[in-house]
Amino acid sequence: MAQARSSGYGGVPRWIYVIAAAGGLFVLLPLAAMVAEVNWPQFIPLVTSESSLTALGLSLRTSAASTALCLVLGVPLALVLARGRFPGQGLLRSFVLLPLVLPPVVGGIALLYTFGRQGLLGRTLEVAGVQIAFSTTAVVLAQTFVALPFLVVSLEGALRTAGNRYEAVAATLGARPTTVLRRVTIPLVLPGLASGAVLSFARSLGEFGATLTFAGSLQGVTRTLPLEIYLQRETDADAAVALSLVLVAVAAAVVALAYRRPRSGDSTSAGRESPTAAHASGGGVT
Amino acid sequence: MTFSVQAAVAARGFDVSLSLLPGETVAIMGPNGAGKSTLLNIVAGLLHPDSGEGELDGKTLFSLESGRGQWTAPHRRGTALLAQEPLLFPHLSVLENVAFGPRSAGVPRRDARKSALRWLAEVEATELQSRRPAQLSGGQAQRVAVARALATDPGLLLLDEPMAALDIHAAPLLRRLLKRVLAGRRAIIITHDVLDALMLADRVMILEDGRIAEQGPTREILQSPRSRFAAGLAGLNLVSGTLAGHGLLAGDLEIYGQHDELPGQLPAGQPGVAVFPPSAVSVFLTAAHGSPRNSFAVTVTDLEPYGDRIRVRAGDGGRLSADVTPEAAADLGLVPGLHVYFVVKAAAVTIYPA
Repeated sequence: MAQARSSGYGGVPRWIYVIAAAGGLFVLLPLAAMVAEVNWPQFIPLVTSESSLTALGLSLRTSAASTALCLVLGVPLALVLARGRFPGQGLLRSFVLLPLVLPPVVGGIALLYTFGRQGLLGRTLEVAGVQIAFSTTAVVLAQTFVALPFLVVSLEGALRTAGNRYEAVAATLGARPTTVLRRVTIPLVLPGLASGAVLSFARSLGEFGATLTFAGSLQGVTRTLPLEIYLQRETDADAAVALSLVLVAVAAAVVALAYRRPRSGDSTSAGRESPTAAHASGGGVT
Repeated sequence: MTFSVQAAVAARGFDVSLSLLPGETVAIMGPNGAGKSTLLNIVAGLLHPDSGEGELDGKTLFSLESGRGQWTAPHRRGTALLAQEPLLFPHLSVLENVAFGPRSAGVPRRDARKSALRWLAEVEATELQSRRPAQLSGGQAQRVAVARALATDPGLLLLDEPMAALDIHAAPLLRRLLKRVLAGRRAIIITHDVLDALMLADRVMILEDGRIAEQGPTREILQSPRSRFAAGLAGLNLVSGTLAGHGLLAGDLEIYGQHDELPGQLPAGQPGVAVFPPSAVSVFLTAAHGSPRNSFAVTVTDLEPYGDRIRVRAGDGGRLSADVTPEAAADLGLVPGLHVYFVVKAAAVTIYPA
């Protein structure tokens, strides 16, 4: 049954499995219901229509761009939060994590009042001839806004788990802080960094509320796949379902990539592993 | 070419000064929490003292007054640190680990590898060069860590209990290796093992509660300890008090003993210590009479096997020890909590100024 075959005490009461199964079903059942609705004979034409392909391409491109932006902004943020010590650190962390719990539409409105034509920075940018709102750039900004916390949280956790003992040793060996960051810190937290980036990408891919509010829904410019699905639902339910399945597939692939292998804090305990264990794990860090 | 440091950390009650001659190695010993690692971290630049000054070969390590002043970053100090755990970078090969220091100093890749290979040969680990740290045993990893620290050509090598995490087979090997590479090199080594102090260090410094309890040549410290910690290292009982006439006053107790170093009358009123080996102590259930014997009324706290004897610890915190035969322990019915008398002949007690 559900009992673990491997040795060792599990310690989970049986009735927990029942509730856990209900939880699993709660997630799986709607997906199955959607798959059951797919119009299979028409599936290929539906997902390869011009508007669908345009939306998918735009989604992939903007998500890749916002993931890159998340890395550029999020890595320093995570480093500062994990390693630095300064007044207001807790407050900064709260604000960075705010988009996790904020309704995306609120994030979109906030971005509009920052980068919109009448916004805080938008007015200055307008004078300089730069218009951000309702452009592809706006899509990337909206996605970055909601996805950034995923990268920061994941990387900060990895940094804290890794600890700073390797960094201290590297410093006493004569490595400048930048060298320590490049040759010790980043390689040690690479798994955490990778899973953070993948999560950010997945969150960007699914972004809807902030994008619609801040960037609008202009085909080929700002209409990403989730917006396309929402729009198609009004007119062509079959197309909406088919595209939803595509999005599920992409998301599933991304999550599988991020959690490919259970990591057990290998970076800190690596020095104590037996030679056989090291062979088995095959140098997963690099 | 000098090294000197004086530093205070108020929050830890730490205030220590130390200087080393070129090529000199000093062993730091003391109970847990005495400030041994604090001293090393201050020298390495990983911990800011509140005040103090440090200098290494004409370079100011730090010069601080109430937390402000000059401060040299750890990577500019030339003080390589070797910790209890090897802490080899897990994502780099053994060779890349050893080459890390020279590479960080701007040495070209080719030359850095060459010097890394030389140091690996020095620690007899050449055949490990292409392995990952996870594929090394504890002893091998620590040898590579020694090579990595030495490859930076440190002006001062800091060793924080380098043998503590090794098993009993690997430790002697590393000790021999350290003896070879520390010869003529300036180093500070923290250790719990008196053997390290004897083999590797020119002198020993005992830290207690963030202060220097005593320091001097290792042999001298072990022969006539003046701190309880050093007496414990030498396996001796130590009672401190004030010198008086021909003995030592400790509380309301007067202890008689030999004082060959100071013939005649002892300088009364000065602090002094009485030292005697546990093997010279006899245990009685009733007070023994007749000088020249010293008798201490104590309560047994612990019994533990000690070779073919039983070591009886007594007094507050088990400060005094006596070695008795198992038969004697059984005859006396020794158990923790029992009130007994520790009796030691004056001839077996040595008294000298603290």
